[in-house]
Amino acid sequence: MDDKHAEHARERSRYIRGFLFALALTLTAFGIGHLYGPQTPYVYLAIGVLGLLQLIVQLAYFLHIDRRRDSREDLDLILFSTMVLLIIILGTVWILGDLHMRMQMGMQM
Amino acid sequence: MSAFETTLFGRLSWDALPLAALLKNPGTNEIVANAAGAILVLGAAVVLFVLSYFRLWGVLWRDWLTSTDHKKLGIMYIVFALVMLARGVLEGVVMRAQQAAGPGDGFLEAGHFAQLFSTHGTIMIFFVAVPFVVGFINFIMPLQIGARDVAFPVMNQISLGLTVSGGMMLMVSLVVGEFSTGGWTAYPPYTGAAFNPGVGPDYWIWAIVVSGIGTTLSGINFAVTIYKMRAPGMGFMRLPMFCWTVICSSILIIFAMPPLGVAALLLAADRYLDFHFFTNDLGGNMMNYANLFWLFGHPEVYLLVLPAYGIYSEVFATFSAKKLYGYVSLVIATMSIAVLSFTVWLHHFFTMGQSALINAVFGVATMLIAIPTGVKVYDWMATMYRGRIRLSVPMLYGIGFLILFVIGGLSGVILANPTIDFQVHNTLFLVAHFHNVLLPGVLFAMLAGVNYWFPKAFGFRLNERWGRISVALWVVGFLFTFMPLYFVGLMGMPRRSFNWEDPSFQPYMIAAVIGALIILCGLLSVLVQLYVSIRDRAQNRVPVGDPWDGRTLEWSIPAPPPAYNFAVLPQVRDRDAFAEAKESGTAYLKPTGYDDIELPKNTSIGFLLCVLSGVWMFALVWWIWWLALGVTVAMLLIVIVWTFATETEVVIPAAQVKAEHEAWLALVARTPAVDRDDEAAPANLGYARPDMEGAT
Amino acid sequence: MSHSDHQTYPGINLGDIDPRHQQRVETAQFGFWVFIMSDLVYFGLMFAIYITMIDAQAGGPGPHELFDLRSLFAQTVLLLTSSMTVGLASLALKYHLGLGRVYLWLVATLLLGLGFLTLEIMDFMNMAAKGGVPQRSGFLSAFYGLVPLHGLHVATGCLWLVILMIQMRVIGVTDQIKSRLMRFGLFWHFLDLIWIGIFTIVYFGGLAYG
Repeated sequence: MDDKHAEHARERSRYIRGFLFALALTLTAFGIGHLYGPQTPYVYLAIGVLGLLQLIVQLAYFLHIDRRRDSREDLDLILFSTMVLLIIILGTVWILGDLHMRMQMGMQM
Repeated sequence: MSAFETTLFGRLSWDALPLAALLKNPGTNEIVANAAGAILVLGAAVVLFVLSYFRLWGVLWRDWLTSTDHKKLGIMYIVFALVMLARGVLEGVVMRAQQAAGPGDGFLEAGHFAQLFSTHGTIMIFFVAVPFVVGFINFIMPLQIGARDVAFPVMNQISLGLTVSGGMMLMVSLVVGEFSTGGWTAYPPYTGAAFNPGVGPDYWIWAIVVSGIGTTLSGINFAVTIYKMRAPGMGFMRLPMFCWTVICSSILIIFAMPPLGVAALLLAADRYLDFHFFTNDLGGNMMNYANLFWLFGHPEVYLLVLPAYGIYSEVFATFSAKKLYGYVSLVIATMSIAVLSFTVWLHHFFTMGQSALINAVFGVATMLIAIPTGVKVYDWMATMYRGRIRLSVPMLYGIGFLILFVIGGLSGVILANPTIDFQVHNTLFLVAHFHNVLLPGVLFAMLAGVNYWFPKAFGFRLNERWGRISVALWVVGFLFTFMPLYFVGLMGMPRRSFNWEDPSFQPYMIAAVIGALIILCGLLSVLVQLYVSIRDRAQNRVPVGDPWDGRTLEWSIPAPPPAYNFAVLPQVRDRDAFAEAKESGTAYLKPTGYDDIELPKNTSIGFLLCVLSGVWMFALVWWIWWLALGVTVAMLLIVIVWTFATETEVVIPAAQVKAEHEAWLALVARTPAVDRDDEAAPANLGYARPDMEGAT
Repeated sequence: MSHSDHQTYPGINLGDIDPRHQQRVETAQFGFWVFIMSDLVYFGLMFAIYITMIDAQAGGPGPHELFDLRSLFAQTVLLLTSSMTVGLASLALKYHLGLGRVYLWLVATLLLGLGFLTLEIMDFMNMAAKGGVPQRSGFLSAFYGLVPLHGLHVATGCLWLVILMIQMRVIGVTDQIKSRLMRFGLFWHFLDLIWIGIFTIVYFGGLAYG
């Protein structure tokens, strides 16, 4: 029973640590966004990186995705989905962004 | 209309019936429209009459509509696909006739012709090809991996319900109101509220959204089934080729159906709520739609053709009496095609106006797909090489496919070059190309599959002679219809034109309509084949279940299979598990023991959701808001109530399984084995004598 | 460690489940993962559309006039906290800390979710008062196509949670209900992940480039 108890404490502290990490990252993002304004050079980049970090923190602490042997199936699924998503999103932004630029060029000429 | 009527009926009125148009303005166009509606109504009436006359309602309800058995759901998918195929082919014939009636305006009005090509495309892709493929996967895949059902049987039933209700919307649009005139792609702004305020595009949107949800659920179901429910010993590299194509096809469904849903729902937001995603004004961008649609559209063609490749792989191996050549390379090629298909969508809109670099990148990516496809073609040919080939009906479809599909594929490589695409896009060359890949690629595979697996599903073989006649008609009809279109396309005839003036098109148009009539005969010959086979079923019975000397697990069980598929789950030791078992003499052995088998109970939730989602779509199309809201709540409640059910399974006791299985084993023991020479003879009761020395 | 602990499914696990049901629970769990990935594509596309329409404001109000970062911060914290409470609920169930504790954390999750929705709807109403309605421009259409889609998911989650709590009383805490709670937790965490994308790309991204 003590074993169970210790395990519970460990798992609970894992959730709480995850929460605190995520909260800190959120606070930092909103803090620098508020202080400098997201349009300041590099500030938006920093906010983006913080967002990415928070994604990883939540996946690790809340969803328990890691590189242990038995999580592999989910990790594979997530990685494949990420690849497809990146193709779709970057492709869309590339194609329509390019089109947009060319349309504006046309208007200026 | 009064305010009360508007609240009650939305924009629905008597004018929505085609009869109203005929009375107001009699002419060929209205006669054709009314004839189509009349065929539909009469057909439905005949079905209702037959069901009542032969007192089949109870059987239909208990054994089919409420069934969660993957085999029955698969069969219902395929029946639905055949019904829709009949309409699609008829529409194709009418369109060919209209164009052959030129030069000039033909006998249809432009709007009617536009509805024809819109419904033809929508039906053939979403309500023929998809349900055909999903139906085959449903029936075959669990049997091939040695499972008793799919992972989520009730969800499977709901998928069928949603697919059918989407298809029914197309049937309803024939009789009430009109369908979209925007083609199967429904590009805005033409389909937006500003240019198309009628009900047509709304029918398209909701049919696509609802059936799309059904297909997505199927994809999830199949992927999870293969991941989690394979028989012991069935590692991934021992999966039958068809199942590999199912994995890839499911992945494509899971990731490619959402873009279609997004495109259609945003178009709905534009039309119903005055959003500005794709409008001409206030920052809307219709190119976003083209991008979204083809993010779906390209993977879509591969999600259809990959399972077709899977069927051909099974057919070539079985009827060459050889192991499939280059299994590993076929697996890699299938995976490559699946991944590459996500990287080529832009080739559907090379002419949109983006820079040459982007066109070049997507053009090259498109050409790359020819490599894994070529690998497959060589693998199939090498499978036949030095095999003991039997020219059975599925094999004839397969050979027709190999030759014709290579031509279609080559015209695709030509189109992948953006500079050539600029010349021929939006011409009949393109129409010829995609029919050239979809007919031999997908439809022939489906017909081959019907001939191949029909004995497994129903316990008797299809008539061989009528099968051969239909192969000949389909192949010849295909050549006559679509080869001329390559030429007129190159001569500059635009697709989707209801009239034309250049007299040099005429011979091609006439050849094409003759071809279309031959295809129609092909379709009729399939029906005749069914009729003749059912009539003569006593001479063609194959109760043992292995009429073709099959290689995979579905042939190791009785035909038709029992509800639980396998009395005892098979232990797999090799690829082509059943061929290996027959070689090593471990087929048809008496198992050491039996267990109770749990199967899902019948449920009416799929049927209820089918009907309600149909009403829901109709209400939305005609702006009957109270009904739409009420049905939404009803559907939600039904699902919630269903989640409270706890006893969802029936147990088949081990004793019953034992009795049934051992009765079948006794039948096997007293059935004479037949050689491949007698494959088509009444002597073939489904017990094959292995004659493949050295071939495995 | 018991037999089932060795086979705990990644994601969220609820401990001792009858090994006979283990296979079925794993199948359902994996199926739900796949569903979520498909749903993720919906969101991914809406993000892509938002990015391409960020300057399609057509002279209407833009991010600087419309976005309220203070409310956004409050929403973020509410949703993040609810992610933790749903985790604690699953732990209470797994370690048999009493059904009271489980309900407590689930009710907390529900209230946080409803609080999030309230703030979000107030936000939309404030935006509408400033002329920020979806009918105004492509940019606003893209915004209202994405953010309320997430809100709709949260609302669905709240409804699901209520039903689950009723089922815990009516059916009891069976393996089937436990497995549903696992999937609910997964869904809820997924919504939090999407929200990170929303405040980073839609709000800050809108302010940076809009």
